[in-house]
Amino acid sequence: MKKKKKSLNYAKWGYIFILPFFACYFIFSLIPLVDTIRYSFFEYYRSGIKEIGPNFIGMANYVSLLESDMVKYAGNTMILWVIGFVPQIVIALLLAVWFTDIRMKIHGKQFFKVVMYLPNLIMASAFAMLFFTLFSSNGPINSILMSLGLITERIDFMGSAFGTRALIGLMNFLMWFGNTAIMLMAAIMGVSVDVLEASEIDGCGTVKRFFYIILPLIRPILAYTLITSIIGGLQMFDVPQILTNGQGTPDRTSTTLIMFLNNHLKSKNYGMAGALSVYLFIVSAILCFIVYRITNDNDPDGSKAAARRKKKEERRRNR
Amino acid sequence: MKSKKTKVVSSVIAHLVLILLSFLCLFFFYILIINATRSHADLQKGFSFLPGKYLLTNLKNVANDGTFPMVRGIFNSVIVSTCCAALCTYFSSLTAYGLYVYDFKLKKVAFTFIMAILVMPTQVTAMGFLRLITNMGMYDSLLPLIIPSIASPAVFYFMYSYLQSSLPISLVEAARIDSCGEFGIFNRIVLPIMKPAIAVQAIFTFVGSWNNYFVPALVIQSKNKMTVPILIATLRGADYMNFDSAKIYTMIMVAIVPIVLIYLLLSKYIIAGVTLGGVKE
Repeated sequence: MKKKKKSLNYAKWGYIFILPFFACYFIFSLIPLVDTIRYSFFEYYRSGIKEIGPNFIGMANYVSLLESDMVKYAGNTMILWVIGFVPQIVIALLLAVWFTDIRMKIHGKQFFKVVMYLPNLIMASAFAMLFFTLFSSNGPINSILMSLGLITERIDFMGSAFGTRALIGLMNFLMWFGNTAIMLMAAIMGVSVDVLEASEIDGCGTVKRFFYIILPLIRPILAYTLITSIIGGLQMFDVPQILTNGQGTPDRTSTTLIMFLNNHLKSKNYGMAGALSVYLFIVSAILCFIVYRITNDNDPDGSKAAARRKKKEERRRNR
Repeated sequence: MKSKKTKVVSSVIAHLVLILLSFLCLFFFYILIINATRSHADLQKGFSFLPGKYLLTNLKNVANDGTFPMVRGIFNSVIVSTCCAALCTYFSSLTAYGLYVYDFKLKKVAFTFIMAILVMPTQVTAMGFLRLITNMGMYDSLLPLIIPSIASPAVFYFMYSYLQSSLPISLVEAARIDSCGEFGIFNRIVLPIMKPAIAVQAIFTFVGSWNNYFVPALVIQSKNKMTVPILIATLRGADYMNFDSAKIYTMIMVAIVPIVLIYLLLSKYIIAGVTLGGVKE
């Protein structure tokens, strides 16, 4: 009897301890979320100093967003993400395999790790500003290329859509490949040595081992990396915003979705900003759900599913 | 024999690729630091690989510039980042401890909820957030940059995993028998055990907050409250052609160097911390 009372008492402490977190999340995230969704159904913006609305207009904001440049900006965001992510995952996988291969004898591992991870901690806005000055048409990169005799005329890197996008991709690659490589290294280290040795005895070469042993075994972490990177790509803002001064130059080919949102927020166009946020929220919620499934997966390497499939097949054959 | 040869070749290739990548990572910072030590007139002449002697002059120019109050900006950034790191790690540990040690009805629901919002971007609620803090009278102040850090799902998850691996429940029970209060147990016994995890997450939170640009740019308006990233952004918006370019490089350097120094001092712990949080074994 007494014991029961005591455990009830402790339960109270559990609530007290988690209260600050939930109170804070409720006030600063959930209330804003509800507010954002609510205003997405209203005509509510500022023209000059006159405030228009809020008038309820149903789904009109959503429809007019679909007809506006949002689709183009979504495409931009995707392109920018892809040109950063593809080289990043390839290099990261390569590095992770090299670093974990005992026979490769990589020298100065710790040094390379430290250098690789460094750009990840650099302020993205300062990094973008640095690239802007370095790659401007009278900046140091141009003068180095000229003095090396590689070019005769100064290149206007940020004058073309390709140049700007490539620069943003390069920055994203530099900022994230070290982080991804270190994550994948940990994943490969987690692969049991027995499995790797067994594969070697069975005559598995380096390439085969990579594609048939390592890749399938680190699949959950690869999936996690992919999804979190997509979420990061969706949030892409600092680098293109500062590199192009918020204009997405040339001709808005490097405007991302968050830059679009930022423009609406700055001009106090709350209705449109709300509808755009809801679109972003739906996409992020789907991605969050996938991450949740990965981090709480009780069948991470797919072995249980494979066993089930095999059983099914056997049953079919026996029939 | 043949396989030994290919091993050597692939090892050489690996080292070449690594050196090339390291060069890519460091080269831009090298140019930055070199250019921050040269004067505007020198920079106009072209690039040189050797440093100049104008670093102190440039630093003085940056410190005395009224249009870009860099010293004030660094001060603001340090305050915001330190408070964020302290609040975030303390309350995340508290929440993790509460969910790990105690049994209560909503425990499962609370845990699932936090895991579900683990990677939710803050940008999607930015509009409501902006309106909320305007109504609360916190617009154009540093508080809305600090307080929301109390609820950081990712840090919570890290702390929870750490508790799972290093806090035996029997220790808590022993402390209870010695009639230690529940808050006392947390502050005097659990927090010291969690020191390594708190240190790693404090660094990450500090850096994240130091580099944060999106929310501060929406919230902060007045010059004397601007944090470093906003100042860098206004630098981009300024009339670039008529600007002292040596000053630009020096300002970027001032924004980056504190973090690089912290990183070089603590790189071992930081790199170890990268893998601990994100991946479940």
